[in-house]
Amino acid sequence: MEVRIAPAPQPAVPPSAPISSELEVRIRKRFPNPEGSFNLNVHFRALAGFTIVFGASGAGKTTLLDCIAGLTEPDEGRIAVGGEDFYDSEKKRNVAAWKRRIGYVHQDLALFPHLTAEENVEYGLSALNATERRTRSREMLQAFRIEHLRDRRPAQISGGERQRVALARALVTEPRALLLDEPLAALDRPTKSLIVGDLRRWNQNHRVPILFVTHNGEEVFALGDEVIMLDAGRIVAQGRPHEVMRAPRLETVAHLSGFENIFDTTVLALHESRGTMTCRLEKGEVDLETPLVRAEVGSRLRVGVRAGDLLLATAEPHGLSARNILPGTIRRLVQRDVIVSAMVDCGGTEFEVHVTLAARDALGLGPGKSVWVVVKTHSCHLMGV
Amino acid sequence: MNWEAFWLTVRLAAVVSALLIFIGIPIAYWLTYSRWRWKFLVEAAVALPIVLPPTVLGFYVLVALGSRSPLGRWWESLTGHTLAFTFEGLVIGSLLYSLPFAVQPFAASFGAVEPSLLAASASLGHSPVQTFRRIVLPLSKAGLVTGFALSFAHTLGEFGVVLMVGGNIPGVTRTTSIDIYDQVQAANYSSANQTALVLLVISFLVLSVVYGLNRYGLNRFGLNRRLWAVGPWK
Repeated sequence: MEVRIAPAPQPAVPPSAPISSELEVRIRKRFPNPEGSFNLNVHFRALAGFTIVFGASGAGKTTLLDCIAGLTEPDEGRIAVGGEDFYDSEKKRNVAAWKRRIGYVHQDLALFPHLTAEENVEYGLSALNATERRTRSREMLQAFRIEHLRDRRPAQISGGERQRVALARALVTEPRALLLDEPLAALDRPTKSLIVGDLRRWNQNHRVPILFVTHNGEEVFALGDEVIMLDAGRIVAQGRPHEVMRAPRLETVAHLSGFENIFDTTVLALHESRGTMTCRLEKGEVDLETPLVRAEVGSRLRVGVRAGDLLLATAEPHGLSARNILPGTIRRLVQRDVIVSAMVDCGGTEFEVHVTLAARDALGLGPGKSVWVVVKTHSCHLMGV
Repeated sequence: MNWEAFWLTVRLAAVVSALLIFIGIPIAYWLTYSRWRWKFLVEAAVALPIVLPPTVLGFYVLVALGSRSPLGRWWESLTGHTLAFTFEGLVIGSLLYSLPFAVQPFAASFGAVEPSLLAASASLGHSPVQTFRRIVLPLSKAGLVTGFALSFAHTLGEFGVVLMVGGNIPGVTRTTSIDIYDQVQAANYSSANQTALVLLVISFLVLSVVYGLNRYGLNRFGLNRRLWAVGPWK
């Protein structure tokens, strides 16, 4: 089932970056999750820069990071940073976590509750003398804009501030690699993008491999040089974000990357000269023109469409290049943040369409309104059932 | 009121609970972090003094300290006298007798420290021993205070072990509980009543301090956990 969407392009390494900062992981490990026990079985390299590890919960993301950090021992394989082995089952080598110098920001941040923000940041610097320790931690607190919080305990600061303290605490030690386990999960969007900016700036100077675990598709595009998609302990796709996220062929991948619309269809006709085919939705008499794939008439396929790739029109559009123009009725509108989800009933099948607040107001969208849903052929992603 | 017996008892309790801090911490550390499959046997052995009749414990300690045991002989060659019926002998007996009252609160508080904090400390370059000193111990203050106070209070009130190991030598091994027994035997009820009341009040005060600290005092340091109860309370 291992599918490589693209021949895993390696991000270009700037000539100045030391080649030795590469993280190499080839491990196997059984791990339990709520649905039983899985085999984590992965092999990849991560160069300096962000590599996103993307997958649903229980896919093995945290187990993978724990193995790299040395908190869990794999069953077999090899883990190396910059050519230095931290773990090698053949050589029976397993360097203790506290000797690896790998920064790890845990999902729950794990700030020391009895220490102030500054003491937390200084904690990893105990090899330095007190003055140097103070200088380094002050610099880092400044870089993350939390200098004013230095005498507060974790319980006395906000979630975003705690996140910054945790990042500063890991980065100040100048780790050889950085592992971030959903460090932005609990934050609102503006705070998130500020912290991402801080992280990027830090990494421009340090150029270490950063594994960034998330199950949020947006973060993949915001951060990723390279994406590794994990499902049930295996790498199901790897490559640049747009390659991995835009063209899924496996249903697991589709679910992961967030298709709001997933329909079961039957292939009605193939148009090989046009490179398309017609698929009929199972729930109603609606046909979609989709890209041609290797399929036979009568076979069943699943179609995934992103809500953000759909258009709404209040009058029947003419002269459009899009092949699918489906009449329907708005059932309800749900506002999320600055996006409005319109649920549109087209002949018994419900489509979720994302429009902006401005579009909702300009078109006077509301429940009961007749609309046309416009679906581009190439917005239809086909998957096996 | 027999003040000689009273001060002897307080001295014994103070020495024993202070020593138990040093003996109890390594044992509790091992009990918390060891993954040895037979660990539960050690846990049961440490808890034995809670259920064992003090006379049984005292009897074995007496035999172990006597001049026929290797330990007794070694001590005798070192000091010229046996351990039995001395203050030192009493200390050894009491250490065993009060061990679980120190070790169990210690272990409960060590175990209540979030594993993610230990992982974070390791990732920041600290060895397990450094992590224990800088993270686990400071976060276990409430448990350390509880263990100290409980073993102090428990030693104050012991009777059977003292009688077996120490006998009843004024100024050396006659503690308040023995004194009360003597007074009652001599039908000297008012004196027994006085001493008993003092013991009751002191024990109550010590326990009040323990529970009060757990409830209110340590909260201010962000240590709002009830540590005598086993398990991670948040």
